[in-house]
Amino acid sequence: MSLVADLLDGDHRALARVITRIENRAPGYRDMVSELHSHTGGANVIGITGSPGAGKSTLVDKLTAAYRDAGQTVGVLAIDPSSPFTGGSVLGDRIRMQSTATDMDVFVRSMSARGRLGGLSTATADAVKALDAFGKDTIIIETVGAGQNEIDIVKTADTVAVLVPPGSGDDVQMLKAGIFEIGDLFVVNKADLSGADRTVTELREMIRTRSDYTTGDDQPPGRIEPAIEDQTNGWEPSVVETVAKTGEGVDALIDELDEHLAHLDRSGKREQRTHRRFTEEIATHVREDLRRLSTTEIERRGGLDELASAVQARDTDPYSAVDELLEPIRTCVESKTNQH
Amino acid sequence: MSTDQGRERQTIRCLVAKVGLDGHDRGAHVIARAFRDAGFEVIYSGLHKSPDEIVQAAVQEDVDVLGISILSGAHNTLVPKIMSGLEEYGAASDTLVIVGGIVPEEDRSELKELGVAEIFGPGATMEETIEYVREHTEHR
Repeated sequence: MSLVADLLDGDHRALARVITRIENRAPGYRDMVSELHSHTGGANVIGITGSPGAGKSTLVDKLTAAYRDAGQTVGVLAIDPSSPFTGGSVLGDRIRMQSTATDMDVFVRSMSARGRLGGLSTATADAVKALDAFGKDTIIIETVGAGQNEIDIVKTADTVAVLVPPGSGDDVQMLKAGIFEIGDLFVVNKADLSGADRTVTELREMIRTRSDYTTGDDQPPGRIEPAIEDQTNGWEPSVVETVAKTGEGVDALIDELDEHLAHLDRSGKREQRTHRRFTEEIATHVREDLRRLSTTEIERRGGLDELASAVQARDTDPYSAVDELLEPIRTCVESKTNQH
Repeated sequence: MSTDQGRERQTIRCLVAKVGLDGHDRGAHVIARAFRDAGFEVIYSGLHKSPDEIVQAAVQEDVDVLGISILSGAHNTLVPKIMSGLEEYGAASDTLVIVGGIVPEEDRSELKELGVAEIFGPGATMEETIEYVREHTEHR
């Protein structure tokens, strides 16, 4: 039986192997993901993001346990984007996922960035498909909210919860850098620490005014579109307080996550989001494949060194060089266009 | 681009596991860091894991290498449980299992019969261990 057939049959080992193929971009992985696609769409995908030390892993552990108690099967992708110069990494999220240890209906997989930049979000999206096709009811993606790359990863989710540690106003300020906009709800974890109340207040304030802050102080309000379109769609992100270590507030968080998923279904937003996600996914693949095609063509012609030398010697110029390089692709596209 | 070529080479994934009641994890930390610096992806289990937890992690993470650190002397009880668990999930044949720690000479052959590929005792160097892993995961 093929690996994909084994996966669909519920074989844990096959699921693990398929994700490895996806991570390695091993030969044939695209066919596998294609085969899986028709079996996907059944899972709720939840993204958990926040700064290092915010308590993501511990909270994910408690969420997982709660979903298991409710009879759901759970898949967790713990993504650690840190990649030192050697390319190696220590993936430690698993240590904190203890509540459901030895429960094979919880599938935890650690992934690292491996030095690739845009590729991680593609690999994550494909790994989500593997878990979805396997039949997981809920899939949790856990990642550090640090930059565009992480935002792209977490966009794979239906619902995104942003974790904020209490105490430092700076943390809340930092959220403005792109992470704030993607939160469907906010979690002030470690709510037993001092400063939690202030953080909650600040967050609520930011949510209330968040269509304003993107416009900046020096611009007339209303000129720029609201950061969150959901606001016009009847969803105002809530702020939930949790203490992940003790499990306090986890039930309230689950209620809120469920409420958001229900909202997505009621408003038709889930369909829209999924549609937009696939649009972006196709566009990403097109860019990646074209990049690969052009790299192959460049290599076939012996690399860019010769062309660069020619440009340097003023025998040609960069634009003409590109025109020449891309000639085969352009000819092909134009001939197709002319047929219509 | 050099990073593109690096991507083609498969990253070695390994699980560094502490099993049983043994609470001495300095060795496991040192080896985890050495593996990381060698370019491996290291998943560290944390302390006091049961054989079942180790098996679950090894299967789900689909590691190339499972490094079990035992200093308690309970290897004759714990390692067989891990090996049979790997067998159950069809992961025994293609996971390189190595043991690090204190294993008396007379116990070694038995562990190897169970499927442990190599045992690294006191005095084994990091370089030696890393080299061993590289050599034996090549054709996986």
